[in-house]
Amino acid sequence: MVLKYLLEKEVKQFLRNSLLPRIAIVFPLLVLLVMPWATSFEVENVNVVIVDNDNTALSGRLAHKIEGSRYFNLVGVVGSYGEAIGKIERQEADVLLEIPDNFERSLLTGRKIDYQVSANSVNGVRGNLGANYMNALVAGFAAEAIDEETGRVVPQPVEVIEQYLYNELLDYKKLMVPALMIIVIIIICGILPALNIVSEKETGTIGQINVTPVGKWTFILAKLLPYWVIGVVAISICFVVAWLVYGLVPRGSFLTIYAAAALFIIVMSSVGLIVSNHSSTMQQAMFVIFFIMVLFMLLSGLLTPVASMPDWAQYVVIFNPPHYIIDIMRSVYLKGGKFASNSFEFGMLGLFAVVMALWAMLSYRKQE
Amino acid sequence: MTGLGVEIKGVVKKYGTLKAVDDVSLRVSPGELFGIIGPDGAGKSTLFRMIATLLLPDSGKITIGDRDVVGDYRDVRSVLGYMPGKFSLYQDLTVRENLDFYASVFGTTVGENYHFISDIYRMLKPFEKRLARHLSGGMKQKLALCCSLIHRPQVLLLDEPTTGVDPVSRYEFWEILKRLSADGMTIIVSTPYMDEAYKCSRMAMMIGGKVIKEGTPDDIIAGYNGKLWKVSGREVYGMLLAVKAYCGVVSCDSFGDSLHVVVRDDIEGLRSYLREKGYDDVTVEATKPTVEDCFIELVRDGCSDR
Repeated sequence: MVLKYLLEKEVKQFLRNSLLPRIAIVFPLLVLLVMPWATSFEVENVNVVIVDNDNTALSGRLAHKIEGSRYFNLVGVVGSYGEAIGKIERQEADVLLEIPDNFERSLLTGRKIDYQVSANSVNGVRGNLGANYMNALVAGFAAEAIDEETGRVVPQPVEVIEQYLYNELLDYKKLMVPALMIIVIIIICGILPALNIVSEKETGTIGQINVTPVGKWTFILAKLLPYWVIGVVAISICFVVAWLVYGLVPRGSFLTIYAAAALFIIVMSSVGLIVSNHSSTMQQAMFVIFFIMVLFMLLSGLLTPVASMPDWAQYVVIFNPPHYIIDIMRSVYLKGGKFASNSFEFGMLGLFAVVMALWAMLSYRKQE
Repeated sequence: MTGLGVEIKGVVKKYGTLKAVDDVSLRVSPGELFGIIGPDGAGKSTLFRMIATLLLPDSGKITIGDRDVVGDYRDVRSVLGYMPGKFSLYQDLTVRENLDFYASVFGTTVGENYHFISDIYRMLKPFEKRLARHLSGGMKQKLALCCSLIHRPQVLLLDEPTTGVDPVSRYEFWEILKRLSADGMTIIVSTPYMDEAYKCSRMAMMIGGKVIKEGTPDDIIAGYNGKLWKVSGREVYGMLLAVKAYCGVVSCDSFGDSLHVVVRDDIEGLRSYLREKGYDDVTVEATKPTVEDCFIELVRDGCSDR
């Protein structure tokens, strides 16, 4: 019964705060509406400068083809390599293509062509992908040109047909949206509880509670439940935005992702409360929870694939709760994963939920 | 109702090398209004937090009735009302919500115990729907008192309840405490204001973590050793500096518009000294010491002992 009064108090305090209820609604909306566009790893509008040593009709057509591609943006065709490298240095161009002087002749006579692609790799992803796109484009152009000019079909020894499973169009948004939902939960259910108990310490109200016969289990439960509800509301908002804006509905069942989210929210709010219990000022709590959140986001496979991390980091990931929820989310959203196919992840999340909630309760001390 | 006695035996609490409470022993009888008086940093709040089960003593024992504050802290919490020095109710809840909340966490209701706090709550009634943060200082103290009384505690701990409260509210507050004590509740109250000492049935003076004197206000005044003189005149501040510069003076402190002076031997020496300095209109007369004089004497003796 006391739990009911404690909950009532928490809810009143939350709703009376001029900022928090709005944040809980606006924050998931903003993240889901803005971030998927900004976190795309697709590379477009690569600026290209061409050094045309050939100056033939064919080299001109290649330049046109580059200009017409949605990946490239032709910033100039120049006569010398030095001039082109200058453009790269001034950051006017990302990729440099040098067409050799025997380009047309070699192409038509079937000889080997040596062309050069240089890319500015200060931004590694952009440089690397830009150069790859350029190679693919030149190879495609060469094959086409020979077909047209000579009327014969160039035999292609091996043809690679690429097929991407589950995310057929390699749409980064489909990959990022489920991850962003987890980021929303990490932030809302991490920061709010982390600041809650410590703020009662700063205002001194905790002292008044500590002299009452309220048990610590009841007290912590009353702190945990409201954040659980807030977390579920926040992720529901995310689901709606994902469906309305990105047309993204899970191929699996909502029940599965809600179950996973429910567990993960317990984990995250408990982590927040643990930090709050161990801190004596809001500043301390804020700093520690921030550090934890960064770890949670960067070492979980949320933004970068776990498989490409070094071994030691992969071990850390095992102890990182968001890793499991993100696996479940992507699996359910993209592959139509079911509870049974993710039972290991569910088990781990459940384990974390129990351990963290216990820790949160035990770390709350009514006496010093 | 009958209050419970509080017994403190050899309690020590250290923060690092600092002894915040240094071997304090006190016995408070049921129904007493017991004052703990001392300057800031004397260790009053630390002692209160230990009695309130919030802080564990390094050594020593505190019992409330027959309940030990460490071993039986659960039982202690249900018979104890504690009001910390800093206002610590929920500022974002209303007056009524705070009261309801504290009643319910103690497993009771406001209705059940209303008659117990009605005298005080009557003054708060017009502001029932106001958020606690918008109350005046005196009102906040009254609300905090209501909240610590709503479960009908047998022992009430008040840590500097009148600090920062205006004189009228202070007076009202002490009247309430006297009534509660007359009803049989044991009350331990701390204050830095010496004039409030007279309102207690018994008191202890604390400084540097130690209790230096204990007794009724009359006992304490009777224990004053020296002879005290009241020196008054037109220009008090100039006189204060002059008297302090006089070689035969033991202590000189300003008390409102006059000075309380203790001299080593003869008061005539001081009289003529002041006349020499040009203070013609000075009156010097013997006066009865106050609790504050006793406190000053105790601190002075304590310092010269060391």
